[in-house]
Amino acid sequence: MVLTTAVRTMPWLRVLQWWLVFLAALLPLVSIGYDAWIFNLGADPAKEIVDHLGRWALYFLWITLAITPLRRLLHWGWLQRYRRMMGLYCLFYACLHLLAFATFIVGWRWDLLLTAFTERPYIFVGASALLLLIPLGITSTRGWQRRLKKNWLRLHRLAYPAALLVLVHVIWLIRSSYFDAVIYGVLLAWMLGYRLYLKRTS
Amino acid sequence: MLIKKPDDIRPSEITPESVYLNRRQFMRGLLGGAALAASGTALALPKPEFDGDLPVYPGPDWLQAQLRAGERNTELSTDEAPAPYQHAIRHNNFYEFGTRKTDPSRNAQQFVTDPWSVEIGGEVGKPGTYPLEDLLKPYRLEERIVRLRCVEAWSMVIPFVGIPLADLLKRVQPNSRARYVEFTTLHDPQQMPGQRSVFSTLDWPYVEGLRIDEAMHPLSFLAVGMYGNALPPQNGAPLRLVVPWKYGFKWVKSIVKIRLVEQMPNTTWNRAAPDEYGFYANVNPAVDHPRWSQATERRLPSSLFQPNIIDTQPFNGYGEQVAHLYRDLDLTKWF
Repeated sequence: MVLTTAVRTMPWLRVLQWWLVFLAALLPLVSIGYDAWIFNLGADPAKEIVDHLGRWALYFLWITLAITPLRRLLHWGWLQRYRRMMGLYCLFYACLHLLAFATFIVGWRWDLLLTAFTERPYIFVGASALLLLIPLGITSTRGWQRRLKKNWLRLHRLAYPAALLVLVHVIWLIRSSYFDAVIYGVLLAWMLGYRLYLKRTS
Repeated sequence: MLIKKPDDIRPSEITPESVYLNRRQFMRGLLGGAALAASGTALALPKPEFDGDLPVYPGPDWLQAQLRAGERNTELSTDEAPAPYQHAIRHNNFYEFGTRKTDPSRNAQQFVTDPWSVEIGGEVGKPGTYPLEDLLKPYRLEERIVRLRCVEAWSMVIPFVGIPLADLLKRVQPNSRARYVEFTTLHDPQQMPGQRSVFSTLDWPYVEGLRIDEAMHPLSFLAVGMYGNALPPQNGAPLRLVVPWKYGFKWVKSIVKIRLVEQMPNTTWNRAAPDEYGFYANVNPAVDHPRWSQATERRLPSSLFQPNIIDTQPFNGYGEQVAHLYRDLDLTKWF
């Protein structure tokens, strides 16, 4: 509360807050880059990097989707200002995740890439989710928001099916432990369920 | 066409152990005191080489003595370079200690592997619970450098130390009803955090199995060491199976029970996902895992910008020795 009041009265604090969030969201990239640089990723650095980037793409998507319910429930209006940034970071990490997979795991071998996308269902599903997120990234600017008017909101609801595809992607990767998938699933159910509840009661 | 290769004759079958032990005593006497200390190290298997600070696992005293007398089996070893030691001890699938590759090396360091005994039973003439030390005593340990191909499509070359499985089985005298061998891993949720997980799809204890002719094959091996030392706990100490023509999940770790049985054992991964993990689990580039291809593998350690992608070989490259075991088997059905 003190912080939000301070931010309201001192605009430069708001700028500072924005930069802090912006830089903090880059830390996962910096940390994995550093570990790769000092060869601290073990026998299979490729897999470590790909998993790490994918995990953070998921986290940012979940954070993006959590902003609406949290803002409403906690009355934290300022969260709204970070929704676009969080969404764009999700897209950023998702693109790096795919790029790292193609580079470090399959070494841009086209035969392997082709079979990966056609025969490995979890890759197909993950790539579909990314495909849904790309138009959202492109139309995230104020200009597009103005141009698309009501349709902008409709378009950006694609984030929900994208999140569901991401969840399927994660479940399909499971070999033995459901722990992570259960956590992600419960959170997503809550975030989407809350929206449904808002729609029903409004 | 597959040509059956005659079984390799082990030195132990030609020269009784007591004789070559005598020969060693004779040599030592000949070389005298100064050379004696040196000969101890010269005979030992190569120890791991690494820079920096890494844990090593010398093992209990009785094992150290046997490791010192070990010899490399060059005939059954690959010429490929073994993985650097630090990768072999930190990249493990041992779900009893966690599902991430680094979990076992983190969570297994306090795992008690000595004393250890193995219960051998079922269709055998000499059932019983044997201390591991007594089980190994009659044998000279041998080192084999083998390819480990994981079902997840990565592979590593590792020097294991142990004894042929057949030697041990013969000693307990399987009878004519013994058609399969069933192996069971320790069940001890107090020591093994993975066995406490409520989100696991696996039933504990871990059970694996072989057909009796597979188990009697000279390539089937029981490892008690690697890189010239004892097995680290994260690698399945103190006793694990090594069947290099099969996917790594068949290489059951920390074995407490070996049973010879009439029926095909109900193995852990097969029970959890029968369409993904078969009983045989022979390495086969022609039969994909339902969720990914088995045609290629990434040989670890792999460098980032030149992924070490190699074509997977049928039977992991051991087809010449083992393909005849499956002459009458449809390998797409019995994957």
